[in-house]
Amino acid sequence: MSKDIRIKKGLNINLVGAAEQSTSKAVLSNVYAINLDDFHGITPKMLVKQGAEVKAGEPLFFNKNRENMLFVSPVSGELVEINRGARRRILSLKILADKEQSQLAHTPLQVETASKEELKAYMLKGGVWPFIKQRPYDIVANPDATPKAIFVSAYASAPLAANYEYVLQGKEAELQAAITALGKFTPGKVHVSVGAQSNSPLSGVNGVELHKVSGPHPSGLVGTQINKIDPINKGETVWTVTPQDLVIIGELLLTGKFNAERVIALAGSCVKAPKYYTTKIGAEISTFLYSSGVTNENFRVINGDVLTGRKSRPDGHLGFYNNTVSVIPEGDDYDLFGWNKPIFNKISATRALTFSWMQPNKKYDLDTNTNGEHRAFVVTGMYEKVFPMDIYPLQLLKACMVQDLDEMEQLGLYEVAPEDFSLTEFVCVSKQPHQQIIREGLDLLHKEIG
Amino acid sequence: MSDKKLTLKKRLHIIKHHFRGKKMAPAFNAFHTFLFTPDETTHSGSHVRAADDLKRTMNTVIMALVPVLLFSMFNAGYQHYSAVNGFPENFSVIEHFLTWDNFWIGIIKVLPLVAVSYIVGLTVEFIFAVIKGHEVEEGYLVTGMLVPLIVPIDTPLWMLAVAVVFGVVIGKEVFGGTGMNILNPALTIRAFLFFAYPTWMSGDKVWVYEAVERAGGPDAISGETILGYLAQNKAAEMSYSVSDMFWGFIPGSVGETPTFLILLGGLFLIFSKIASWRIMLSAVIGSLVMGLIFNGVVDAGWIGETSKFYGLMSFDFWKHLIVGGLAFGIVYMATDPVTGAQTNRGKWFYGFFIGFISVLIRVFNPAYPEGVFLAILLMNVFAPTIDHYVVRGNVNRRMKRLKNATILPEDSEGKEKELQVETA
Repeated sequence: MSKDIRIKKGLNINLVGAAEQSTSKAVLSNVYAINLDDFHGITPKMLVKQGAEVKAGEPLFFNKNRENMLFVSPVSGELVEINRGARRRILSLKILADKEQSQLAHTPLQVETASKEELKAYMLKGGVWPFIKQRPYDIVANPDATPKAIFVSAYASAPLAANYEYVLQGKEAELQAAITALGKFTPGKVHVSVGAQSNSPLSGVNGVELHKVSGPHPSGLVGTQINKIDPINKGETVWTVTPQDLVIIGELLLTGKFNAERVIALAGSCVKAPKYYTTKIGAEISTFLYSSGVTNENFRVINGDVLTGRKSRPDGHLGFYNNTVSVIPEGDDYDLFGWNKPIFNKISATRALTFSWMQPNKKYDLDTNTNGEHRAFVVTGMYEKVFPMDIYPLQLLKACMVQDLDEMEQLGLYEVAPEDFSLTEFVCVSKQPHQQIIREGLDLLHKEIG
Repeated sequence: MSDKKLTLKKRLHIIKHHFRGKKMAPAFNAFHTFLFTPDETTHSGSHVRAADDLKRTMNTVIMALVPVLLFSMFNAGYQHYSAVNGFPENFSVIEHFLTWDNFWIGIIKVLPLVAVSYIVGLTVEFIFAVIKGHEVEEGYLVTGMLVPLIVPIDTPLWMLAVAVVFGVVIGKEVFGGTGMNILNPALTIRAFLFFAYPTWMSGDKVWVYEAVERAGGPDAISGETILGYLAQNKAAEMSYSVSDMFWGFIPGSVGETPTFLILLGGLFLIFSKIASWRIMLSAVIGSLVMGLIFNGVVDAGWIGETSKFYGLMSFDFWKHLIVGGLAFGIVYMATDPVTGAQTNRGKWFYGFFIGFISVLIRVFNPAYPEGVFLAILLMNVFAPTIDHYVVRGNVNRRMKRLKNATILPEDSEGKEKELQVETA
């Protein structure tokens, strides 16, 4: 029985510069990088020394707390740089790619007949385990936990996000293999959500419970879907995987090779020709950014979508989990009487001399200006309008700020990830850093209780 | 580029950097951000943000108050001249109300109240911002406008200044500033005035300009409010029609009378999604319910005409909304998001009890037949409790879900490994 999800609360942020549905092959990047910020809460322990040669799919480091969880190189080449920060914490690794790529190959696994333990060992060894994330805490999944269900959202409602239907074309076999494998980890179901009118390759996959999703953003966020389908209780774990990562997991299972290739959307108002590119995890963003061209000197490159991505630069590298790179103008300029004049060119959730409510389908060119200063929480009732979960967002944020563990737990912090608060952060008139507050709250709860 | 070619924007930008990290930075920034929305960009989380900030929110409330302020300036003169010369026959708005003479009284009486409220209040805000090193917050922009509208017209300016200092310091800053306060600062100021200087805040003389000065003399004038008449069971002596009450051509606190304009302001605030329609609607319902109960008591014959409560109890229940400060309180004060209930369900209870208790106090308060500000302050105190129970409802739902859930154990093999590590 599939359960359709219809969301009313939310807000669609329509931006200029959506990626056109045509894919080019990005120029090969010379240097690939793994950014350790992508793996929240993982303490890396290096397996190879600086200067060593690695093959694609060969382990670079492991999780200090779980030695069998390996993190592998996306390409073959020389590990040229281990960038360390304060207290010698590893920040990023850089690999100079070989001209001739060589690949570490495992023996392919018979997914249908393999046991859960075999699959787990294979995926940990093959470097695809980190693609599986867990809630609570929004971190890389604990391989020893038994998730009550696994969720895959194949509906991207975030602004300018890559269209899954398009990027997953022709990947049915990989998706099926990955879903079959994941299904063995849970006694519950593997829930897959697709858009209501979608013709997603995932709708044909066996062994899943399919949900059709409709409504404004954040209907595509997996957290929203979990909350509507089977909310997380204290003590329970669910796993989430994004569809483009399923492809990499599936390919490893079918061929024994870790293939870091991925179709990504390059989008945003600062991109001359926003479109899709085939590239690899860790590739330098400039390898495809300048093929499309930029319209503006003063822009911000975002690894991910504009609501949840991480700030980067043209010489930054594609993140481990991202399939979208957004480029939007920096908003580091003053605006004369910006607080009281009528506003036609920005999105707003109110009608306080802001007119975006009159043109819900207009596409806007938003920049990174905060449109106001940071203040204490004042206005109430705004967040609830864009927050479809059965959770009190303001109260949960305040519980995190005062570090009240009992309240955090009771108000539902186990069910959320920072990205679920990206829209409340967007509409916040007090310009509070919601996602950061939730992240810190989750970390505290994890440290004290998890 | 020479200095002369620098635009205002660039100059201010340079000065801002000059002030950075200094004690006076908040004071400069307050003026700077008044002119320009800052060049601040997002650092964490969402890279784009909605157009609204707190200044815009507060400004919207002020816009909703401007018609009321303008009306009150005319009404100040109209009430004065009507008390002196008698109410005009064949009243016409253009001829008798919107006149320069009336407006002039507004300029000399109402504008000074506004000026004192803003100057004193903002000075206190600036001092606290500089001492505590936080930015000057926008809360007082609305409070400063509300205060002159809810006091009697003849309130001495020094009294207002003292009350504003008290209200801003005790009502707000000691809690940490805008967003942290428990009581509505404007009503704290009003309550301070009421309890510190009761003779200036009630009676039949304070509502009309010069009534106090002329009292006892040969040219004495009265300025009894409608509620005042009713409280003394003198409804028969009252010459105000329902339309006077609705349009606001009646004596009262400076800006509380024009129900029509307050209604428009309320609709504007609801339309712009700045104020909560839940609070406004439920407060209206609450006051109507209480009014109906009192009307019922009178109809049942439990209260006779000799009772001192008869005047107010027998007052048609819906008329409570168009006299006194009830409409003003509901639209502009009860909807304060900081001191009101913060959950949508809580707002229904919060608003309902404001309306309910306002009419209750109105009828039973012997000294002062108006209870709106006390009712709102009381509900400000109870708002966190209401929210607590609403949020508990959500928590209980989650607990119930947890009870029915079967929690899966961790993988047995992994558990053993962990145990081994622990024992080792």
